[in-house]
Amino acid sequence: MPKPHVPKLAVWKFASCDGCQLSLLDCEDELLAIAGQIEIANFPEASSAIVKGPYDLSLVEGSITTPHDEERIHKIRKMSKYVITIGACATAGGIQALRNFKDVNEFISLVYARPHYISTLSKSTAIADHIEVDFELRGCPINKSQLLELISAFLHNRKPNIPNYSVCAECKRRGTICIMVSKGVTCMGPVTHAGCNALCPSYNRGCYSCFGPKETPNAASLSRWLLEQGVEKEELVRIFRGFNANAEPFRKESEYYEK
Amino acid sequence: MKNKTLKIDILARVEGEGGLKLKISNGIVKDVQLKIYEPPRFFEAFLRGRDFREAPDITSRICGICPIAYQLGASQAMEEICGVKVEGQLKTLRRLIYTGEWIESHVLHAFMLNAPDFFEAGSVIHLAQVYPEVVKNALRMKKAGNEIMIVLGGREIHPVNLRLGGFYKVPKKRELRALLEEIKWSKQAAVDALMFISKFEFPEFKQNYEFLALSDPDEYAILGGRLVSNCGINLPVNEYDNCLVEEHVPHSTALHSHLKGAGTCLLGPLARYNLNFEQLTPLAKETAFNAGLGRHCYNPFKSILVRMVEVIYAFEEAERIIEAYEEPGSPAIEVKPRAGTGYGATEAPRGICYHRYTIDDNGIIQDSKIVAPTSVNQSRIEKDLWDLVQANVGLTDEKLKFFCERAIRNYDPCISCSTHFLTMDIERD
Ligand code: SF4
Ligand code: SF4
Ligand code: SF4
Repeated sequence: MPKPHVPKLAVWKFASCDGCQLSLLDCEDELLAIAGQIEIANFPEASSAIVKGPYDLSLVEGSITTPHDEERIHKIRKMSKYVITIGACATAGGIQALRNFKDVNEFISLVYARPHYISTLSKSTAIADHIEVDFELRGCPINKSQLLELISAFLHNRKPNIPNYSVCAECKRRGTICIMVSKGVTCMGPVTHAGCNALCPSYNRGCYSCFGPKETPNAASLSRWLLEQGVEKEELVRIFRGFNANAEPFRKESEYYEK
Repeated sequence: MKNKTLKIDILARVEGEGGLKLKISNGIVKDVQLKIYEPPRFFEAFLRGRDFREAPDITSRICGICPIAYQLGASQAMEEICGVKVEGQLKTLRRLIYTGEWIESHVLHAFMLNAPDFFEAGSVIHLAQVYPEVVKNALRMKKAGNEIMIVLGGREIHPVNLRLGGFYKVPKKRELRALLEEIKWSKQAAVDALMFISKFEFPEFKQNYEFLALSDPDEYAILGGRLVSNCGINLPVNEYDNCLVEEHVPHSTALHSHLKGAGTCLLGPLARYNLNFEQLTPLAKETAFNAGLGRHCYNPFKSILVRMVEVIYAFEEAERIIEAYEEPGSPAIEVKPRAGTGYGATEAPRGICYHRYTIDDNGIIQDSKIVAPTSVNQSRIEKDLWDLVQANVGLTDEKLKFFCERAIRNYDPCISCSTHFLTMDIERD
């Protein structure tokens, strides 16, 4: 009898804080069960035992910011059946994409005494800007139950159940009173992708969009509303320029109000 | 000896990316270069022009393992500028969430990253095949740490509930009390785990460290204190820049920090243990002695024991805080911007994490400096490696490589946070 195929999982890191891959190690209750069903073949942060590719599923964390990484991501695509990006860094360039709006050489000389030692790209970009990806999981950090759902969906060849409505819909679902309406707090919920179960509003703070834009967000309408509430243009630019600054709808919106 | 080159391509079980280059000539170590190739992310640059209230959330993204260190360091620096002092229950709640981070990070390191080294196991998964109960209990302790972070912060990675002046929402008494049972179980589990680890075989290796840690007369320092060393340093945090200097070396994107004039120093659990031991709880001290630790510890391979001593301490501290908790009247003190420069430093699991900001009257950040513990420890790691390789120069390259990796992992180097780590090259001639 042929041995059953044990799928091979690889986890890759680019420019990031490691928070998204840490989500996998934070699955304390599920970790050993996952390890029983799939082979953790390449996960340097957690294991020094590295099994050669090809891999069934590659999880990619982090954004592309160096010439070397630009090349590395293509190699990963070639050895992976499915590539899933995890987190705002990998799906939108992350917080480090704030460089995209400035002169990176100025940044280098601000931080490093000897700029010529540093090799970096002028922009921080999403993985999908370089290769074809099979799914993008949002969040900064990602939500670990969504990660587990995704891994199991891909390994069983079914469609992952990851909703694409807004954080507002999650507020309604959990019965949180809208803090934008009731307290006048600035909230990005209307344009933000669901996935966190409307966490911030439940802690009395506005959403700062760590999950990035939902599908077809009406950013212009939110901006107009916020301006009417007395939010200054500079602040509006900063609001859209957070952990998903380089996601197209947010980038365009921030550039519009920068002028 | 023959000319030889050996290469370690990626250092596993550390946070972030880096490599190591060794040069050995006729049995004498000539050069050790710890290489950090973590791509630079430029936090200090893009913080300029941001609102001072955004600093805790933005800087937390420097590191997913110790976001609280960044959130609280940045908050304290901003509060200092604006003349606000967070005290009482709000300060205690900050200490509580920090114990959660210590537990989660220390247990992750001790069991998932460091312990496999003592068994030549590749990972915690392999370890779990031999000691399933031990690993299960470790995961449960780690989860207890994460639960503290979730209740107080909303989530364990990049919590959303911390702000300048305090919190967005403070927990109800019963929400915290609900954690007690698991914390009490975990406290005992941590004692057992330390005793289990104490039976590991530790390489004989002793280093002459200058330890640097925060020290607070009232408690085992976590949230702040004075910069204190075993070689006479005793300074307020705002003197940090006069004490430690950063240097940019060609082989690393991480800036190297070291003591002005004196050279390398060591931050983190060993430093805290050696400097602030008296302030640990009786149970933590007693278990430390039972585990064979002396009053002082100079063997970096034993830092895993010290981490577990701190885990016991953190569980006890969490229990104490929760039992004494009274809900504060307001979740935060208002922090109004005013122009100035402020300093913040806290004890992250890996050591002192330092922040300095300058803001204008509108609260817009003009300048920032953030020094993660790994950038200070980096040159100390190189020194350890130098001595370790020299003492074991006769070993095969393969064994030497494993020894070096272990030595580096002792430090729990957080490479993404040093933003500023591992491939290994050995050149012998
Ligand atoms: S998306 Fe956020 S949590 Fe994930 S790696 Fe990037 S900075 Fe870290
Ligand atoms: S609080 Fe924010 S996310 Fe919730 S309903 Fe209101 S706008 Fe939407
Ligand atoms: S509410 Fe918004 S900012 Fe808060 S966790 Fe959810 S997506 Fe992120």
